[in-house]
Amino acid sequence: MSNSIRKWIFVLLVPIAVIGVIGSVGSGGHGVALQSANVNLSDKDSLQRGAKYYANYCMGCHSLKFSRYNRMAEDIGLNADNGFTDDQVTAFLKENLIFTRDEDGKQVKTGSLMTNAYSPKAAAEAFGTSVPDLSLVGRSRGADWIYSYLKGFYLDDSRPMGVNNTVFKDVGMPHVLADLQGYQTLAHQEGDDHGAAKLVLSKPGKLSAGEYDRVVRDLTGFLAYVSEPAQLSRKMYGILTLLFLMVLFGFAYALSKEYWKDIH
Amino acid sequence: MAAYPRKTEATGLLGWVDERFPVVQTWKDHMSEYYAPKNFNVWYYFGVLAMLVLVIQIVSGIFLTMHYKPDTGMAFASVEYIMRDVPGGWFIRYMHSTGASAFFIVVYFHMFRGIMYGSYKGKRELVWLIGMVIYLALMAEAFMGYLLPWGQMSFWGAQVIINLFNTIPFIGEGLSLFIRGDFVISDPTLNRLFAFHVAAVPMILVALVFVHIVALHTVGSNNPDGVEIKALKNEKGIPLDGIPFHPYYTVHDIPAIVVFLMAFFAVIFFAPEMGGYFLEFANFEPANPLKTPVHIAPVWYFTPFYTVLRAVTLSPFMGTLAMFGAIIMLFLLPWLDRNPVKSWRYRNTAHMLNLAIFAAVFIILGYLGVKAVTPEYKEMGVRMTEIYFLFFAVILAHSSTNRGRYLVWFVVLAGSLIAIDFWRYNPDDLVSAAQIKWQWVWPIGYLAVTLLLPFFVKGCNAEKAVPERVTS
Repeated sequence: MSNSIRKWIFVLLVPIAVIGVIGSVGSGGHGVALQSANVNLSDKDSLQRGAKYYANYCMGCHSLKFSRYNRMAEDIGLNADNGFTDDQVTAFLKENLIFTRDEDGKQVKTGSLMTNAYSPKAAAEAFGTSVPDLSLVGRSRGADWIYSYLKGFYLDDSRPMGVNNTVFKDVGMPHVLADLQGYQTLAHQEGDDHGAAKLVLSKPGKLSAGEYDRVVRDLTGFLAYVSEPAQLSRKMYGILTLLFLMVLFGFAYALSKEYWKDIH
Repeated sequence: MAAYPRKTEATGLLGWVDERFPVVQTWKDHMSEYYAPKNFNVWYYFGVLAMLVLVIQIVSGIFLTMHYKPDTGMAFASVEYIMRDVPGGWFIRYMHSTGASAFFIVVYFHMFRGIMYGSYKGKRELVWLIGMVIYLALMAEAFMGYLLPWGQMSFWGAQVIINLFNTIPFIGEGLSLFIRGDFVISDPTLNRLFAFHVAAVPMILVALVFVHIVALHTVGSNNPDGVEIKALKNEKGIPLDGIPFHPYYTVHDIPAIVVFLMAFFAVIFFAPEMGGYFLEFANFEPANPLKTPVHIAPVWYFTPFYTVLRAVTLSPFMGTLAMFGAIIMLFLLPWLDRNPVKSWRYRNTAHMLNLAIFAAVFIILGYLGVKAVTPEYKEMGVRMTEIYFLFFAVILAHSSTNRGRYLVWFVVLAGSLIAIDFWRYNPDDLVSAAQIKWQWVWPIGYLAVTLLLPFFVKGCNAEKAVPERVTS
């Protein structure tokens, strides 16, 4: 057998063996199927709507304690590029978003972290569990999870808040967006765990299903942004870096070729 | 003793230094007059890449240390502060987190290169041993670094690892208490692991890398043909197949480094989490000692050994021994593989298949380590662990091409496997019995391919003559 054939057997045998052995037992377990969130972080309008919904519906309980108000405003498009002056942004933030006060009772500055006034102790008393900070939920759970979660509430009398959730079983929080979405009921039969859970809107809210999806998508996009602000810019750096390295490779390769001309 | 004053041909500043420090001689010994075989292939890039990653890790680590706070109350927040508020902090952090995984990728390739070309043979045992100690130090470094962000996986991963010491009879409890500095993983644990991660282990690593290279340059580099280039020299004493490391291999390495950096930066800028393998999703949740995650998976580079740990269910201590044994076995390779032919190119086909299967098994073990345990995967983990350890016996069996030995080895090894299976088989445990009943094919098939095949098929046992000179 010639060496080049042996080499290819060697190289190809490894992936074939890996796939063959693992594939022989079929796929492992699977969790709840999530819906695709399809968020677009370059859509600043969507991010701004998301921030608005977050302030109105979520921030009462859930802090974003690693994020800062002014950085967030800048990143979601409330900046000079879009014709906002610093004073306008500050005024906007102070009127609409900043509800926390410092120890002197003054409203905190726009460069503060987005903590909130609801103490963990009070939260624990109200809901029987601590209220998580959501700065990183976009990374720990992922956008698809948030999207599916916000669409997954259904009526369940056995729960203290009257609702349960398809992706977060026995969730502690109430359905905060109920006035927008309305209430859903779980359609599949008792004891039938095999079919995908089907939710049916039993009591409509203010929005149509399509409008509600948009609200949830805006919120999800906003949380996805908050979980990693750097993602708005890092891809651009990536393209520049790779372009530079491609040029460098050309020179490096030519240099190496030139030196190795005399090696036989 | 060297002459005093030292003689030097260098003049000027270099001459001044060279009279006091052997800078010219050192440069010659290790760069401009270190003769490396001219037939290095792509596998030989991973050594220099490992050094590059070491430098990246040290430099990015220094900058991270400027902003990181080793305190259980502040660690998680300080990492997010680096990610959001420190200018360029996210870039530094991603370099470090991607660098950790990149380190293991290049080191695994580097080690496999050594196995393929028999680079631990011909007075190179120490080079291999020092390399293995570097690998151990690297694993310790990675493990300790992973605790520092103080996320859920940091905490619970460390919990699993430190509890391994608990399984040691008699001294286990005291030992793990000594390691933690507390009854649970807490602030003292974080502080001491931080100290080891940023000071002690990096110093050891750098020193070991230095020793690794000095040892290598003393015996000379191996090559894909496994030809000792020092056997044939010209009238000046220069190996006929050797070329000066500088400039030839220095310029040769630069394009490879650029290609590596392309992949490295592509991960950093486009997929820093690498689908949850380089940065685990659950680690973006702060450590919570009261909330055990549903599924604790170590980072990918530890998962092959994690599967070995989970596969041996005899007792927790036996599992721990098996896991460390899996690493110890690699140390012994120079003394197990006694075949005088170095490179797989000139060894028999059975040896080539043995290496390919070993690589595949290592990857499968790694895959199983990130997956939740199902009955299928559990049994597969046991079977792949069996093959992992059998590999070292087969390497020993392949030390000579005596076909009679193959048959003896096959009978002994297959017999032991069947004995273990009879002992493991419990007909009342239907699920696991069903798995045992068919997954025996993996290790037995492995032995058939590596031992019976060269026994029955002459062509698969034929070695080739090692050439005198390296091939292109």
